[in-house]
Amino acid sequence: MPVYIGKRLLVAIPTLLIISIFVFSLQKLLPGDPILAMAGEERDPATLAFLREKYHLNDPVIMQYFSWLGSMLMGDFGISLRTNQPVLELIGQKLPVTIQLAVMAMIFALVIGIPTGILAAVYKNRAIDYIANIVALSGLSVPNFWLGIMLILLISVQLGWLPASGYESIFVDPVRSIKTMIMPAFVLSTALAAQLMRHTRSAMLGVLSSDYIRTARAKGLSPREVILSHTFRNALLPIITLSALLFGELLAGAVLTEQIFTIPGFGKMTVDAVFTRDYAVVQGIVMCTAIGFIVMNLIADVLYVLLNPRLRATL
Amino acid sequence: MKKFSAFTSALLASAFLAAPVMSAELRIGLNDDADVLDPAQSRTFVGRIVYTSMCDKLVDIDQNMKVVPQLATEWAWSEEGKVLTMKIREGVKFHDGETLDAAAVVYTIERNLTLPESRRKSELSSVAKVEATGPLEVKFTLKSPDVTLLAQLTDRAGMIVAPKAAKELGANFGSKPVCAGPFKFVERIQQDRIVLEKFADYWDKDKIKVDKLTFLPIPDTTVKLANLRSGDLDIAERISASDAQSVKDDANLTYADVIGPGYMAMYANVNNGPRADNPLGKDKRLRQAFSLAIDREAIGQIVFEGTSLAGNQPFPSTSPWFNKNLPVPARDVEKAKQLMKEAGYETLDIELQHANNTTQTQMMQVIQSMVAEAGFNVSLKATEFATLLSEQTAGNYQLSRSDWSGRIDPDGNVHQFVTCKGGINDVKYCNPEVDKLLDEARTSPDEAVRKEKYDAVSVILNDDMPIIYLGHQPYAYAISKKVEGFAPSPDGMMRLLGVSKK
Repeated sequence: MPVYIGKRLLVAIPTLLIISIFVFSLQKLLPGDPILAMAGEERDPATLAFLREKYHLNDPVIMQYFSWLGSMLMGDFGISLRTNQPVLELIGQKLPVTIQLAVMAMIFALVIGIPTGILAAVYKNRAIDYIANIVALSGLSVPNFWLGIMLILLISVQLGWLPASGYESIFVDPVRSIKTMIMPAFVLSTALAAQLMRHTRSAMLGVLSSDYIRTARAKGLSPREVILSHTFRNALLPIITLSALLFGELLAGAVLTEQIFTIPGFGKMTVDAVFTRDYAVVQGIVMCTAIGFIVMNLIADVLYVLLNPRLRATL
Repeated sequence: MKKFSAFTSALLASAFLAAPVMSAELRIGLNDDADVLDPAQSRTFVGRIVYTSMCDKLVDIDQNMKVVPQLATEWAWSEEGKVLTMKIREGVKFHDGETLDAAAVVYTIERNLTLPESRRKSELSSVAKVEATGPLEVKFTLKSPDVTLLAQLTDRAGMIVAPKAAKELGANFGSKPVCAGPFKFVERIQQDRIVLEKFADYWDKDKIKVDKLTFLPIPDTTVKLANLRSGDLDIAERISASDAQSVKDDANLTYADVIGPGYMAMYANVNNGPRADNPLGKDKRLRQAFSLAIDREAIGQIVFEGTSLAGNQPFPSTSPWFNKNLPVPARDVEKAKQLMKEAGYETLDIELQHANNTTQTQMMQVIQSMVAEAGFNVSLKATEFATLLSEQTAGNYQLSRSDWSGRIDPDGNVHQFVTCKGGINDVKYCNPEVDKLLDEARTSPDEAVRKEKYDAVSVILNDDMPIIYLGHQPYAYAISKKVEGFAPSPDGMMRLLGVSKK
């Protein structure tokens, strides 16, 4: 197993290198000058020139790339043009917020998606199946921003149960932290829960029709045992891969959700950084996301092997 | 279980015991997050809103935009606007306990002039020397007469920072700003909140009616209003015009607005690079025709729900600097057509770039259909803001729509846009006569003399029309009925001294 993980990590290096070139060059192709965007209404030529010099924006692009890559390898992702903070520090501040949001959303999605998927498969073509499908379809098709605003208007303004927006660190005030996160996490989880439900249903159906399930039933196992220990465990494999990939999608979905609920997370930082042409921050974010994706995929593959003994031989 | 209930009852008891210590907190919803919290480096509007409560300035403005004392109790101009002497208030303390005196003022102004990252250099560019002429007296000597300096000192350039803290933190002062305002800095979480608390040693401390201020950036207006309605916010700034009516209809909220000093305009590329070489850029009659084809009142009604003010000058008609002999013109399509004919055109294709937000898009579509009746065939180019900014500077546009947030002194709303070497002259308009008038207007401390010059400039600009002024937006607020004593200021800053919460 360690050899396998090592190999996978080695393969990741060229991937990251290619991503770094892409991010850097795409970013430079964006119209708009970061220093001007930052200056806003106060465009004092001397100060602008000083800032261009300070952030090496006058150097040739190739040089800018290599100096960025070099310092990144040393663990220095640069300084935000907008707030003067080191990029890694910014990411370090924002990432836990988004991870909390994503984890809560993932929990919602798993809790909603998997049981309904199992039920829908077991009661195929019966009322429960149809209802689950309709709910899933709505979950997929309702836009997040609309659902978010509706929830705010209903739950915060009308009923006053939860705060309308904002954020509190889980270490400072756990109760308020969870309260502020419930609505955004739920909104973020809807599409995911729907996809999980659909996938669980079809995976379960596939396994349910296989021979060994018939055997299990024939030898007199209880339906509960058949479904949970035999069917579900086997159906779980594709669901794990999906969940790992969806977790990445969650981070992307968080961009919109964080905007709606004004959560100071990764997504909101990304949008702000793009609009203000805060190059260093955008680059840092994309690199971190890419690394995150690679790690998530690796985890999914490892879990796969752990859950499915048949694959161990292929290592 | 027993343990658990004992724990909860202890918790409840402590909650009840703690209850009598009530502290009034004012929670304010801002449109964006502020940038660096250093008056020398700051550049955002919302940053200035935070400073208004945190950093006192040498001078302030009142409801009529007249300059009034704050840290300086009195001042005098001498030698035709070349020397400004100020008396500094006695007994003022910074948040860290340091005393505010003439030396601190000199230190701050010099810091604003010399810190490499400073954004205040152009605002203070006329200052040749600043010196302490007594423990509480400061003398500004200017390179050339510049009476606009006083207005600059009503804003960030005039915010006095604590020298000890500023020396220690240098360019990093924004991480822990120390000023002499009614509230002191507590903490900031980027994109989430800025917290200030009452400064017990403030020189005018009796007027502080709340213990804590929390500023929360909430860009989405629907979410901001939802927070206000659910009680999570007390005041929301710059609410959008489309929400004004629903705020007025809400029994728990108050609506308040005031026309700001800024303007909405379209910039015609008359001389900035090769793209200026087009009929609209070269023939002022076409620009006049374009302007005449616009119904400014209707735009205010349709796009801004009647909250904005129609305009045709860099100053709103509510300002003492507005030229009353040039009233906002009514729409006149016939005259517009005639002007086009004189210029030799029946129809004319124009590309108009604007920021890609809902309000701007709507406004531009309205204008597009209005001017079409006069023969202008406008194609709209919705552009993301950072791009628009650089295209406008680079001269890569024919007609560009953008706003100016406005300055207290009239000079700040016109000089840099239309003088030959103006820093934001993106249209590259250059008229020696305008330059002369605007330069002279800077030199006289006599307002009547200045007014004459600005009136003359308005007449010339209204004829050459490198900038087509459209109107003036209000600063609109939605306020919880629990809040008492809040009145909007014409510069869009929130003056919270004297504001209390029930």
